[in-house]
Amino acid sequence: MLDVKKIKADFPIFKTHPELIYLDSTSTSLKPQSVIHKTMSYYRDYSANIHRGIYKISDHATEEFEGTRNLVAEFINAPSPAEIIFTRGTTESMNLIVYALGRQIIEQGDEIVTTIMEHHSNFVPWQQLAIEKKATLKIIDIDESGILDSNNLDKYISKKTKILAITYISNVLGTINPIKEIIINARKINPNIIVIVDAAQASPHHKLDVQDLDCDFLAFSGHKMLGPTGIGILWGRQKLLDQMKPFNYGGDMVEEVYIDKTIFHPSPSKFEAGTPHIAGVIGMGAAIEYLNRIGLDNIASHENRLIKIALNRLNEEFGEEINILGPDFDQKVAIATFTFNDCHPHDLAQLLDEEGIAVRIGFHCAMPLHTRLKAHATTRASFYLYNDEADVENLIEGLKHARRVLA
Amino acid sequence: MSIYSEIILHHYKHPSNYGSLEHPDLKATAVNTVCGDKVAITIKKKHDKIVDIKFEGSGCAISIASASLLSEKAKGMKIVDLQKLDRADIVKLLGIELSASRLKCALLPLEALKKAVL
Repeated sequence: MLDVKKIKADFPIFKTHPELIYLDSTSTSLKPQSVIHKTMSYYRDYSANIHRGIYKISDHATEEFEGTRNLVAEFINAPSPAEIIFTRGTTESMNLIVYALGRQIIEQGDEIVTTIMEHHSNFVPWQQLAIEKKATLKIIDIDESGILDSNNLDKYISKKTKILAITYISNVLGTINPIKEIIINARKINPNIIVIVDAAQASPHHKLDVQDLDCDFLAFSGHKMLGPTGIGILWGRQKLLDQMKPFNYGGDMVEEVYIDKTIFHPSPSKFEAGTPHIAGVIGMGAAIEYLNRIGLDNIASHENRLIKIALNRLNEEFGEEINILGPDFDQKVAIATFTFNDCHPHDLAQLLDEEGIAVRIGFHCAMPLHTRLKAHATTRASFYLYNDEADVENLIEGLKHARRVLA
Repeated sequence: MSIYSEIILHHYKHPSNYGSLEHPDLKATAVNTVCGDKVAITIKKKHDKIVDIKFEGSGCAISIASASLLSEKAKGMKIVDLQKLDRADIVKLLGIELSASRLKCALLPLEALKKAVL
């Protein structure tokens, strides 16, 4: 069991705002002191560029930067650190695949499959690619409880399907998709399919193993897993990365440049033009070390216990007044997205804020899902390693306050 | 200080001029993309003056109260004067301080009204 009090002490924001009840980690997580320290120490102690300086502080920066690449590779059990590409976030990782691979291989009449529960970052890029190439976008549906229709994959995937772009965990419903099984079955239908996994909501809580999953690409963001903003990861299979063209052209990614041609570095350098977000990468390394120290399994079981309590207590307290979307606690991460009476989410969030509670409202970058569920905007409370039962009770009191004001 | 003042809550729970006019002379809709809220405004005018106005739609307390207060103010006003209304007038009408994100809610009815009288 996690010692939440001890964990909270690692997050300086709780010193600045001792009353803060932060229930928006699905949007972005808070940052522990070790991450803040490590990010700052780059700027303070060795803020030189990487890969080129023949002097000590540049070597130090390169070592820390490349050291993080190794850490990330271990974190997701990638066969090689050369398959780890640093991006600005999951969104950029997805766009990189669309530009550097999707545009080369998708042709008129091809099929791209995604799901109705995607975040816009793993939906809009594919939709736009399909429109541009006159390809067909097929969308795996969910049932009423928010479970993906993965038992009928042959309804969506065929020999014509070149790409399956799918989220590991829904950022609205919290649903954990049986991603390994889906990939096995997708490959049975079409062995040539390229599978891209959005792991933005998985990496903060779940052990990832790209070799075990047998996906082709996997993307996630640093800021949702205690790291700095503006840093993301794209992992890809070496043989696919070798086939792909660069996404951005410029410095650092080239071997030789002539008037009429350029020879590029191999991956990952090929995809990392220009001076990267060095401090962000190094800070992300500290975030991974922090998560490893606490243990992802411990975090997952803490969250599982917490969402079980949260769902039970919310339903017990509010019954018909609250409608929580998504499956039951055993099939989801610690996300409770709901509608409450006729209270508008804007008013709810504002009134919760008066009580020091931070939640997220709106469509959560998943408008197709909200349309599918015939839901107007919703309110989302999400829990992470620094939350506990007291936060659940505070949320309940906050909702009662909102009900009193608005009723 | 809570932004849910008595005036705001009163206009939210009992909005003035709620509904839509048949055969309006002017009408427009505005949408808040953050939450999908919609405000639709219908107007009857005589010469250059607003003689009747109604609004409808789904919204938060701030946008509904803003629409209610604005519709009260707009009735009887000259269209040229309506076109001059801005953010400061809405803030004054509501009598509360709003963060940038909630200002969007408050300004939604004005956006619809301005579209209608363009």
